[in-house]
Amino acid sequence: MLWVDKYRPKTLAQVIVHEDIAQNLTKLVTEQDCPHLLFYGPSGSGKKTLIMALLRQIFGPSAEKVKVENRNWKIDAGSRTIDLELTTLASTNHVELSPSDVGFQDRYIVQEIIKEMAKNRPIDTKGKKGFKVLVLNEVDKLSREAQHSLRRTMEKYSASCRLILCCNSSSKVTEAIRSRCLNIRINAPSAEQIVKVLEFIGKKEGLQIPSGFAARIAEKSNRNLRRAILSFETCRVQQYPFTSNQAIPPMDWEEYISEIATDIMKEQSPKRLFQVRGKVYELLINCIPPEIVLKRLLHELLKKLDAELKHEVCHWAAYYEHRMRLGQKAIFHIEAFVAKFMSIYKAFLIATFG
Amino acid sequence: MAPVLQSSQPWVEKYRPKQVRDVAHQDEVVRVLTNTLETANCPHMLFYGPPGTGKTTTALAIAHQLFGPELYKSRVLELNASDDRGINVVRTKIKDFAAVAVGSAQRQGGYPCPPFKIIILDEADSMTEDAQNALRRTMETYSKVTRFFFICNYISRIIEPLASRCAKFRFKPLSDEIMSSRILHICDQEGLNLDSEALSTLSSISQGDLRRAITYLQGAARLFGSSISSKDLLSVSGVIPVEVVEALYAACKSGNFDLANKEVNNIIAEGYPVSQMLSQLFDVVVEADDVPDEQKARICKSLAEADKRLVDGADEYLQLLDVASNTMRALCNMPQEFSFET
Repeated sequence: MLWVDKYRPKTLAQVIVHEDIAQNLTKLVTEQDCPHLLFYGPSGSGKKTLIMALLRQIFGPSAEKVKVENRNWKIDAGSRTIDLELTTLASTNHVELSPSDVGFQDRYIVQEIIKEMAKNRPIDTKGKKGFKVLVLNEVDKLSREAQHSLRRTMEKYSASCRLILCCNSSSKVTEAIRSRCLNIRINAPSAEQIVKVLEFIGKKEGLQIPSGFAARIAEKSNRNLRRAILSFETCRVQQYPFTSNQAIPPMDWEEYISEIATDIMKEQSPKRLFQVRGKVYELLINCIPPEIVLKRLLHELLKKLDAELKHEVCHWAAYYEHRMRLGQKAIFHIEAFVAKFMSIYKAFLIATFG
Repeated sequence: MAPVLQSSQPWVEKYRPKQVRDVAHQDEVVRVLTNTLETANCPHMLFYGPPGTGKTTTALAIAHQLFGPELYKSRVLELNASDDRGINVVRTKIKDFAAVAVGSAQRQGGYPCPPFKIIILDEADSMTEDAQNALRRTMETYSKVTRFFFICNYISRIIEPLASRCAKFRFKPLSDEIMSSRILHICDQEGLNLDSEALSTLSSISQGDLRRAITYLQGAARLFGSSISSKDLLSVSGVIPVEVVEALYAACKSGNFDLANKEVNNIIAEGYPVSQMLSQLFDVVVEADDVPDEQKARICKSLAEADKRLVDGADEYLQLLDVASNTMRALCNMPQEFSFET
């Protein structure tokens, strides 16, 4: 078992990083009532961990006995029927799903599933009516229509089910939904907190950590706890006992992008552009999301540039990322950004060195 | 075992005024409607104004007071934006309801029960123009037996022919005193402790929107228990602390790109919503005394562009970085626009 899973806090009491939020959540559910919740924050900050711990707090250990189900829905939409397939993760009391997986038909998933859940309401041994919890991941990727129908369903079935929504950026969730939920911001853990967690794991595993080593991992992880733990484990596999100057292996795709950045800086020509396109394709084929590629590329380029060029480059990055969102083929826009950068950089070189 | 469900009524519903005269701060409307209650007659009405000022509350209260609980179901039709309100609904459902005749005026159980029905169209500004046009004739034909109440935020989105058929009432944003007194009333009822600092924070973050203020209050009460500080309210509302916004603004002012980049990274890692950041940055820029108007205009332009892009689903980090860079260029008088011809 990976350390990330092994040392994931199972209950709210065990949470190390967001202790204050965990305490508040405990208070929230002791009153036997829970509003709709919206968790938002960057990835690797512990949203999911907190949600699972919260479910356990509400329903007890049965919340952890989940089964994966691949279900088909046949939805009658007026003149035609729509077939949808979606993987859900369900226990007796909760269902977890990512409705954005089905793309533009997510509206039907939202309407159908919540309706179905509201119909079979759990009844406990004393015959009292309870409520179910529906965990929806990546609500920020839901289409507008889906979000609108979500708001209606949230009110209609509020007696029998509670929604826990989870997303990265709350800007992309409509105001109507945000105002119906209790918003909980999960910030990324600070470097000190990451060090604390790493030392905790090290102690449990019986490892000797040289001073400064954990801090270096924390710094490399970009305030992403999951990544920090993963790279900590990688280091453990590569070399143990640790030495304080041991190299921390970077992610291979990041390495690759930094290579691309170096290529671009070295030569600005159509030929080089062609080569870069091949490399970008390679990244996209390996399922690195295009916006991550673009962001990382910008990050790498900014490191190498003079201050005056930085403004222009970041402007174009924002510009092309926006167009990428509106368009269909990501590769066009990444390539356009690279070409734009080359032209700016070349003009700059000519102006400076003649 | 699933926990026992308690009826968790939102406070917004729980403390909604039941009578027209309880509606705070909207004196003209209240006067006209009290008159209506006495004479049992009223024109078509159009209520407009910012959210959370009591438009829906007033409409529901007058309907309840006119008809009482027994006749309410048969005499009042309530439609809001979550219902389907395309042109078909207007042609069938609304028309059918409007056409039904009602008995003569008879007082029943202390309620005036005037001889007409009421159709409340909430959030009418989200109706399509076609649907609104289809309503014109309906309103006139059945004016003997039906009164329409339109409720909207922006009167400009209601077509002129409809607006001219109605008596218009503007709902003002609530003043701080009225807001405080309502909030204190609720705190009293719910047994909450709110110090004066928290109270003023609450009225400033809700900007005259009483519904928002109550929602925040309930959220904070659920999360933090019965004594609420202004910090708790800020964390529930999703408002970004002033220091964070100021830090970004200062970084932009310094003219150091890397510093601004670091601030942007920090904001993203802390998980603050960027759309909120943009609107707060906007406030800071507009209120700044030492910035010439031209620079302000440039900054606002880039804020507007970034906002549109965010709505389209663009990446938050890149957009905020672009805004920061634009702001910096404006404040430090660096060259401005980037065009395609380089």
